[in-house]
Formats: sequence, structure tokens, C-alpha cells
Amino acid sequence: MSTSSTSHATPRETTEGTVYTVTGGDWDEVVEAAAKTDDERIVVNMGPQHPSTHGVLRLILEIDGETVTEARCGIGYLHTGIEKNLEYRTWTQGTTFVTRMDYLTPFFNETAYCLAVEKLLGIQDDIPDRATIIRVLLMELNRLSSHLVCIATGGMELGATTIMIYGFRDRELVLDIYELITGLRMNHAFVRPGGLAQDLPPGAVDQVRAFVKKMRKNLTEYDKLATGNPVFKGRMQGIGYLDLAGCLATGATGPVLRSAGLPHDLRKSDPYCGYETYDFEVPTTDTCDAYGRFLLRLEEMRQSLRIVEQCLDRLEPGPVMVGDKKIAWPAQLALGPDGLGNSLDHIKKIMGTSMEALIHHFKLVTEGFRVPPGQAYVAVESPKGELGVHAVSDGGTRPYRVHFRDPSFTNLQAMAAMCEGGQVADVIVAVASIDPVMGGVDR
Amino acid sequence: MSDPDKSTHGTGANGVNPDKDLNAQNLPGQRGDQGEVIGVRRGMFGANNGGDTSGYGGLVRTVRLPGATSRPYGGWFDEVADELEGALEEQGLVPENVIEKTVVDRGELTFHIEREYLPVVAKTLRDDPALRFELCTGVSAVHFPGDKGRELHAVYHLRSITHTRLIRLEVSAPDGDPHIPSVVSVYPTNDWHEREVYDFFGLIFDGHPALTRIMMPDDWQGFPQRKDYPLGGIPVEYKGAQIPAPDQRRSYS
Amino acid sequence: MGLEEKLPSGFLLSTVEQAAGWVRKSSVFPATFGLACCAIEMMTTGAGRYDLARFGMEVFRGSPRQADLMIVAGRVSQKMAPVLRQVYDQMPNPKWVISMGVCASTGGMFNNYAIVQGVDHIVPVDIYLPGCPPRPEMLMDAILKLHEKIQGSKLGVNAEEAAREAEEAALKALPTIELKGLLR
Repeated sequence: MSTSSTSHATPRETTEGTVYTVTGGDWDEVVEAAAKTDDERIVVNMGPQHPSTHGVLRLILEIDGETVTEARCGIGYLHTGIEKNLEYRTWTQGTTFVTRMDYLTPFFNETAYCLAVEKLLGIQDDIPDRATIIRVLLMELNRLSSHLVCIATGGMELGATTIMIYGFRDRELVLDIYELITGLRMNHAFVRPGGLAQDLPPGAVDQVRAFVKKMRKNLTEYDKLATGNPVFKGRMQGIGYLDLAGCLATGATGPVLRSAGLPHDLRKSDPYCGYETYDFEVPTTDTCDAYGRFLLRLEEMRQSLRIVEQCLDRLEPGPVMVGDKKIAWPAQLALGPDGLGNSLDHIKKIMGTSMEALIHHFKLVTEGFRVPPGQAYVAVESPKGELGVHAVSDGGTRPYRVHFRDPSFTNLQAMAAMCEGGQVADVIVAVASIDPVMGGVDR
Repeated sequence: MSDPDKSTHGTGANGVNPDKDLNAQNLPGQRGDQGEVIGVRRGMFGANNGGDTSGYGGLVRTVRLPGATSRPYGGWFDEVADELEGALEEQGLVPENVIEKTVVDRGELTFHIEREYLPVVAKTLRDDPALRFELCTGVSAVHFPGDKGRELHAVYHLRSITHTRLIRLEVSAPDGDPHIPSVVSVYPTNDWHEREVYDFFGLIFDGHPALTRIMMPDDWQGFPQRKDYPLGGIPVEYKGAQIPAPDQRRSYS
Repeated sequence: MGLEEKLPSGFLLSTVEQAAGWVRKSSVFPATFGLACCAIEMMTTGAGRYDLARFGMEVFRGSPRQADLMIVAGRVSQKMAPVLRQVYDQMPNPKWVISMGVCASTGGMFNNYAIVQGVDHIVPVDIYLPGCPPRPEMLMDAILKLHEKIQGSKLGVNAEEAAREAEEAALKALPTIELKGLLR
């Protein structure tokens, strides 16, 4: 830097023409003056497109050096208007929409929605046992895949790419089961009001059993890889601290609440789908930090495997859709040569022998069933916390209003409490430990 | 179908007008005449202009939500109601003024609260040891354009972890004066939930620390989840064909 | 560099075109533009089983300035649209866009107030990939098709010629309203 020059940019002649070299110039004084003031407050806008923010989450951080003094979230970048869209579709078609809300926990969204519709219809007791057991089975498998993605992406955001590869490897095993059972890897719309779209295909039980065995073995690898890893512990322990009072004030549920030591799990405290009859434990820690949440998720996966095994033992042959033909749709799905469709026997019957059945089928498909007026709230314990569905009917064939209380949305509010006063790098850890999925946050 | 009994066919022509025959056994949707009428539906396919050739044009159907329930409510509902009324009386309030009505429907207890008393009731429900509803699962809103004078309903679900109970509070506000007191001071978790409801329904929560849009862009016009806001949908061009937005297609009302 | 754009038409240019296309297609750097469900499938494609590294694509760039491919994976909301455009503008030329999934391509099932009905309203799209979400194999197929496109892309005067031909073809094309097909 030329100290003798008073110009901001010193000219220099070259063969290409005059080249100006921008040096400090009189900005040096500005920089010095800025350095002298104590106010080193910088507002950093992180996201909404950032590889470490767990989706399209925007974080607005006010930082002082490396310390975060204030943290705020900007959300809504994935707002999809699903709740409004539901109002223009029949109750059965609703599952197709809700499954895309929190796209990592499709079966929880579907089941919560269907439980709410069934409560409005007053047919909770008529749901076949087999359908309920398969719902529990799928939900617990879904808990595994969701926690695996949480651990995988959380690891990736820390820079531990190996954990990501491991997590996605095991998630693929779960997705294979989904694909066998529902035909899709994601966004299944398999759980329908009244039961399920169709029964388990042949070979599903065996594949799930093989998976449970394999997963038990694979889960220990996370312990070997991460649990005792000093770098991993150094990044996670004591980070994202939120004690019980903070959890209750911010309404946090799920692993965040349980990491503060309160064993609140809707599967135990407000059972649905017959969870009171399953034998499992609700793990807790009292560390209140990201490391505790990581351990909790690992332990919850083990408990989920236990529940999956119990589901398999309980499966008895039987129907998977409610007996009331006024509601049961689709009732007769089968795997046809062109993918999924109505079974040929059913088509033969309604097209060939029964005009009434054909009319009924047509009306049920085009118009849907009517749901008595009123409102219902049903909550299930999703991998992230309490997933509540507030469904309102006005007696029509379409929902009047469906509101999802998504745990990611509520838990993300705790981000500020977890991050303020910490380091910038720890913001990532804290957000990853909440495991917000923006599809659920914004809906 | 003409009536909400979900029968396959035929009953539409049997001459039963559900509006006149509310207590008929074949109408599970209607729960007696004590329900709360929030609107009337006419026709079937949502076609309101032009001649209706479907034969369903004369159909009239009352939309009737479950009405107030009288005691006993059953189960622990009476206990909660007694405790709440007692706790309100201790604070010098008349329960009848605070609680508009109590509805028990589908095994759920709903208190309809006068809006100015909402923070007091929420604080009582949270702090009274016998009630102890620690967890508010946020607020949801429902827009009933036909429910004159109380078009906007805000619905709160409160969960008691201590007693493993769940109740619902419902507060209403007219479209012309969409104000409801905020409960953020009692349940900080409602911060974002109230912003969300404001964003989608235009309900203004008085006393909220920063009531701004949360989901939609800051400069968005209108409140998209109200019933008078169209679903939207732009024309999709496919070989010259225009696909109307879903809310402009034929629908079953 | 820009030098290749100044070559005269002929054998040299077509050789350079082939070399440049081969180099470009062999190391495409995708920007991480995950939005919704499709983003999870995109990550899956990068992970162990499907292993995008086989096509020289495993390095997802966090910074758009180091990326030349944007995989728009998921539904684009009205609020996200300006952000998406800014990220696209920050990418250096040459750059390509894959619209992954029906939501990004057309709005999909979300024909409503919140979702942009197709990301081609905002940025030019090279490959539309259907599916909700597309399987990883489908994403890889789209990427390979894009590779073919990159390999065949023109430079310099050839690029101008190709652009002129495309323009003429577009001018001659029937308006969609006059197209006759099976549905009309």
C-alpha cells in the first residue's frame, strides 16, 4: 500500500493501458475509526438458501465478533397453502395433500389427519385392528427414517459427511419397505380415512423382520462412529441448551422436551392407535443439549424397532378398511398390470352385475362421503413432537378447515433461546438438534 | 346427495326436506335443533348462475354446528368446568359472563370464551394447580362468513401434561372488528401461531409483541385462508386449453 | 475465458466445441437448491446407494458462484421466487437449470395462491423432470440427458447460428391454440 499517495487508487501504466490499483486509501481512516468503536455489531443474514440451515430457513443473526447476541428466524419460504388446498378436495383426497406437509414424516401426517376425520365421523371403534397395527408399524418405521435423516443431515451440517452417508444408507432400507408396501418412496397417501389404501403385499412381513435384524446391527455403528467421538461431543455437548422451563414456555415437544428430562410422549400420556398395549420405553436425558437429543433419537430408534417387532407378531389376517361401504374408499385396490388400480374382480362386479354398486362407486369417488358438522382435535407423537390436527367439518364432502399444529413450527421458536449468547457455529448445531423440516414449518 | 345421510341413491327424490325434518332418524349430521346455524347451502354443484338442469337446484341444507351442552358433561369435564368457574369466581368474575357456552362433542370439551376475558381464562387454566394446562398447542382460526357477528373463530387447544387432559377454547370476533387479546404473555409459544393466524385470517391479536406476517411475503395483499379469498391458480395452457383454478371448477356444496 | 467464442467457424471450432462440451459435462457442479420433498431425494441421489459421484457430480456447492447447475428441487413459493432468481443470477455462465419434480415444473398439485406455477416463470429451464418426487434414478437420467445437451452445445458463431435457427423455428411454429392433437 502506498502511504505517500493521497489518491484512493494509484494509476500504473502497463501495455494494456492504465491500471488502477485500489488500495486502502482514505478508507484506512474509516476502518480505524470503525475498529475503535466498541460497536462491532454485525447483522448476518443466513439463508434462506444455505446448505446448513436445514432447508429454506432464514436466520437473521446479530453477531458481536463470534458471539450471537440476537437470533431471529424468517420462515414462510416454503409456504404451500396446503391447508387451503384441502378445503377444495374431498376428505379422502386430503391425505394426498397432508402427506406432503412434513415430507419426512408422511405416515404421521396421514394418520393424524385420518384419525381426526374418523373422530369427526365417529367411527374410531370400527377401524379394523389390522389397519391400526399396520398404521403403527408404518409410523414406527417412519420414526426411524425421520430420525435417520435428522442425524444424517445434522452430521452433514457439522461437516461430518460420513454420518450423512451412513444415515442415508439406512434410510434407503426403510424406503425399500415403504416402496414394497405403498408403492412409493415418499408422499405415500397410504393411510386413508377408515383404514388403509390396501393390504400388505406378500413378503412384506419377512422383509420388515429382516430389516429389524439388520437395523439393530447398523444402529451400533452410529454409537461407534459418533457417540464417543470427542470431536462430535465437543461440537454437541452443552450446545443448544434449553431447560424444562424454556421448553414449556416455548411449547417445545418431542425430543427437545424429553432432553430436558420430562418423559412426555403422547403415545404414553394420550394413547392413540392402541399404543397403550405396546411395550416400549420413553427415553429421557437431563442434559438439555444437542448431544442429549442425539442420544435420545438413537434410543428412540431402538424402541421403535421393538414396537415394529410387536406389530409384526400381532398381525392377523383381516380387513384393512372400515366395513361401512359409504366411507370405505378405496376398498378394492389391487396391483394391476399398469400399476395400482381397482381390482379386476371389483370392476367386473360393478360394471357387469350391479348398477347400484357402480353408481355408489362413482358417487363415492367423485363426490366423496359427508362428514357430520363439528370439530375435532387429534394429536400424535411424531418424531419431532406433538403433531396436532384441528379438523372442522360443516357437513359437506370436503373439509371446512384443517389446521396442522406442526411440531417443527413450534419447536423452531426455541431457536432464539438456544442460540443467543452462543457462538455462530453453534447456531447450526442448535437448529439441527431441533430438527425442523421446513415443509412442516411452512405447510 | 340431497341429505347428509350418505345413502347411495334414491333418497334425494323421497321428498324429505332436511330443513323441515331435522329430527329424522336418518340424518346423523343434524344433532337436534339445539345446534348452532352458521349458514345455509343451496343447490348441489356450486352452480349459482344460470338454470340448474341437475334437478338438485332446489336443495336447501342448513349448516348446523354442535350447540351448547348442559350439565353433566361427563367424565373429568365437570371437574374442569367446576374448577374453572370456581377459580374465575375467586377473581371476582361471573362465570356466566366469561364463558358464553360449553360444548361437549365427540368426547372433547370446548369452552366458548368472551374475547375480552381470554387472557384471564388462559392464565387461570395455566396456573390453577387443579387445572394446570401447561402446554398450549397454538391457535387455529376458522372463518364462518355465514355466522353473522362472529365470523372469525380462534381456536386454542390446551394440554395438561400433569393431568393428561385436553380442552379447547374458542373465541370469536366479527369481521368488522377482528380483534382478540393476545395470550403470548401467558403462553409464549403462541407468538408464531398468532402471527400465522394474523397472516392467514387477518385476526389482530392485541398485545402481541410483533404482529407481522410470517408465512406470506411482507407486502402481500389480503388474508389468503379466509373463505372469501380465492384459492387462486393461474391458467395452465395446454394446447390452448385453460384449466380453471380448482375453486372455479364444479364442486359439491 | 471467452477466447473460444472468437474462433472462426470450421474444423477448429467444432473440435473446441467437443472438447469444451466434454470438459463441461464431466464436472458439473450443482448448487444446493433443495426446497422440499425433492431435496431429500436429491440428497439421497448424492448419498451411498445412488452415488452421483459416478458422474462427477458429487460436489454440491453451497455458493452459487462456484456452481453451474441449479437443480430446483421442490415447490417454489411466491416468497422464495425472488431468492431463487437472485441465486440464479449469481451463478456464472454457462449455467443450466433442472426443474426437479412436478411442483417446480408446473406447480403440480398445488394450484393455489402460494406456489409459483412452474419455475420457468422465473428462470429458463433446460430439463423438466416429472415425478412427485422423482426417484433418484430419474434424477440421474435427467442429469445424463443434460450431460448430452452440454456435450452438444455450440460455441461462438455456431452458437449464434443455432440461436438464429431456434428463433426461426419458433417464429414458424403454430400458436398453441392452433395446434391439433389427440385432445382436440
